[in-house]
Amino acid sequence: MSIWIHEGSKVLVQGITGSQGTFHATRMAEYGTDIVGGVTPGKGGQSVELPGRTVPVYESMAEAVSNTGADVSVIYVPARFAASAIIEAAEAFYEISGEGLIVCITEGIPTLDMVRSIGHLSDKPGVRLIGPNCPGIITPGEKGGCKVGIMPGYIHAKGRIGIISKSGTLTYEAVAQTMSIGEGQTTCIGIGGDPVSGTGFIDCLAAFEEDPETEAVVLIGEIGGTAEEDAAAWAADNFSKPIVGFVAGATAPPGKRMGHAGAIISGGKGTAEEKFAAFEAAGIHVARDPSAIGQVLLGVLIEAGLRES
Amino acid sequence: MNIHEYQGKALFRESGIAVQDGVHCISVEQALTAYDSLGSQVVAVKSQIHAGGRGKGNLYDPDTGNLVMEGGVKIASSREKVEEYASNILGNRLVTKQTGTAGKTVNNLYVEAGCSIAHEYYLALLVDREADSVLIMVSTEGGMDIEEVAEKTPQAIHKAWVDPLDGLRDEQMTTLADSLGLTGSAHGSFVEMIGRLADMFVGLDCSMVEINPLVRTEGGTMVALDAKISFDDNASFRHPWRAELRDRSEEEETEVRAKRSGLSYVKLDGNIGCLVNGAGLAMASMDVIKLYGGEPANFLDIGGGANKESITTAFGIILEDPNVEGILVNIFGGIIRCDMVARSIIDASAEVGLKVPLVVRFSGTNHEQGKEVLESSDLSVITTSTLAEGAEAIVGAIGGGD
Repeated sequence: MSIWIHEGSKVLVQGITGSQGTFHATRMAEYGTDIVGGVTPGKGGQSVELPGRTVPVYESMAEAVSNTGADVSVIYVPARFAASAIIEAAEAFYEISGEGLIVCITEGIPTLDMVRSIGHLSDKPGVRLIGPNCPGIITPGEKGGCKVGIMPGYIHAKGRIGIISKSGTLTYEAVAQTMSIGEGQTTCIGIGGDPVSGTGFIDCLAAFEEDPETEAVVLIGEIGGTAEEDAAAWAADNFSKPIVGFVAGATAPPGKRMGHAGAIISGGKGTAEEKFAAFEAAGIHVARDPSAIGQVLLGVLIEAGLRES
Repeated sequence: MNIHEYQGKALFRESGIAVQDGVHCISVEQALTAYDSLGSQVVAVKSQIHAGGRGKGNLYDPDTGNLVMEGGVKIASSREKVEEYASNILGNRLVTKQTGTAGKTVNNLYVEAGCSIAHEYYLALLVDREADSVLIMVSTEGGMDIEEVAEKTPQAIHKAWVDPLDGLRDEQMTTLADSLGLTGSAHGSFVEMIGRLADMFVGLDCSMVEINPLVRTEGGTMVALDAKISFDDNASFRHPWRAELRDRSEEEETEVRAKRSGLSYVKLDGNIGCLVNGAGLAMASMDVIKLYGGEPANFLDIGGGANKESITTAFGIILEDPNVEGILVNIFGGIIRCDMVARSIIDASAEVGLKVPLVVRFSGTNHEQGKEVLESSDLSVITTSTLAEGAEAIVGAIGGGD
């Protein structure tokens, strides 16, 4: 098993005819993702060549979902149009099948556009948004798997570790750390580092708790906000599997935005120390050095009787 | 992006939010002319910098470092006092608890007509990331630091969240006014103001609007005596007029230049320059350098669209910092290929005349090819395959650590 996406997921690409959309649709198809079509307003009726298949381009998400039965959409449209793309996808999934997963890769979306998008999602319980400004989500399979995003697929392997992260390349680092001790992943999710975004740590943890194949989780946070503290408090009461946690930004100065829009220590709040302390208080196994995530995880798995050595 | 108080008040005026008459000045002469034109015996002479705590800050002579005046916001009741305060402020460095010890040079003044204050309140609108909506915060404890109020008298702070689709409801505005104990004309004045502020916040794509203090006058109207506004940079494409409000002297020149090349750079105080792809990995690289006994000189994320030009710019920016004694490059290739980065590093090193130790850690897409490219070049470089090894190597190379 896995969470939210699996090898049978049918994926649409919003913005498939743009350079980013075509490039990543190709990479996803190569990995084994079942891409069933794309959406670009004004280009409905065209088609796009992907490895091993030709997929249709639709005028709208409603048309695309009706025709393909897709349950996942990934968004590569420019920032100024991305919020509308999210809302369009949410309405199409909600009205046609009642549920769907939207993964928004686009970075630089105006914050208040995201506030409106999240507002539109709030009354559509079956529709989930991951991102924006994130690497996406991947479920490695026996051969290939389902990759919905921009991460390098080949670094992953099917396994029993769930990975949740606010970061892009730091997620890859976490994946490499699990691989270094011979552990693969059930699903890896990059939730993005924007201040206003969809799926959060707790949503991911709740899903991993329910997933029988996930036996441990690596959680990667960063400075800013209180999502890590909230996740730790939730996990203490509701999560039964071991978690290894890291928080990036222990050396970041206060008041300075560290690349991600949300990564800022403001008013003395949101520091890495507070988050590490919250992790420890919740029984999360802390790795202060991201290069040691693998070793900490190994110790945790042995301690939990999930591995001999 | 932040703007000055005088610019914020101009936006308030346009949005129908009550402010006192005031004039932006850049010289003592202008301040005196402003005083004459305002027709108010009492005026406030206010330093304009992009930082809070101006009233309680101190002004220092930039050459001697001597204290010139206590308080960056002064109440003047005569022409002579305006002249004294304006000359004490302009050209000097204002140090507040938000500026750091270096402070900021004050190039702009705002001379504002005084008003009769019955009570001071606090008001702010900001994006609440936990609630995914715009939060309005008000407090009866105006003029105070909100963090301090939150700690000492949290019951004095009242909050309302703006519905992302329906906006601020009438009863929320009334409840906020009630929570401040407002009655009569002041109540009506507040309700009108908060509605306009909420509209302005959304219309101008603000990320924060803070009015501290918001005052109730003896006459029973609510007036914004301060205006601290930040805009969401992601929405700048909708607001081209913002470019005119930008004060370049308030921005770190290297950070602006980095941004133009698609880089995200923040200068720090250490001696190990960092060049990394991805914000989270860049922070993590700094953290690991510290764990191995070094001090990072900067945060630098080259982004997902990096190329030879932007990597050369990145090397140039890192080496402009005289404290840099060594550089750690940490690339986890995804879309970016390590071999492309390797070739860019070789070209950039030649172009900028690299003389400090360089450690490169490659992982991910084409990491082996990248390593080969570096190792077969003339460049003096240590390559590693893990971040920990990379951090240890660079700390060792500059003779730091344990």
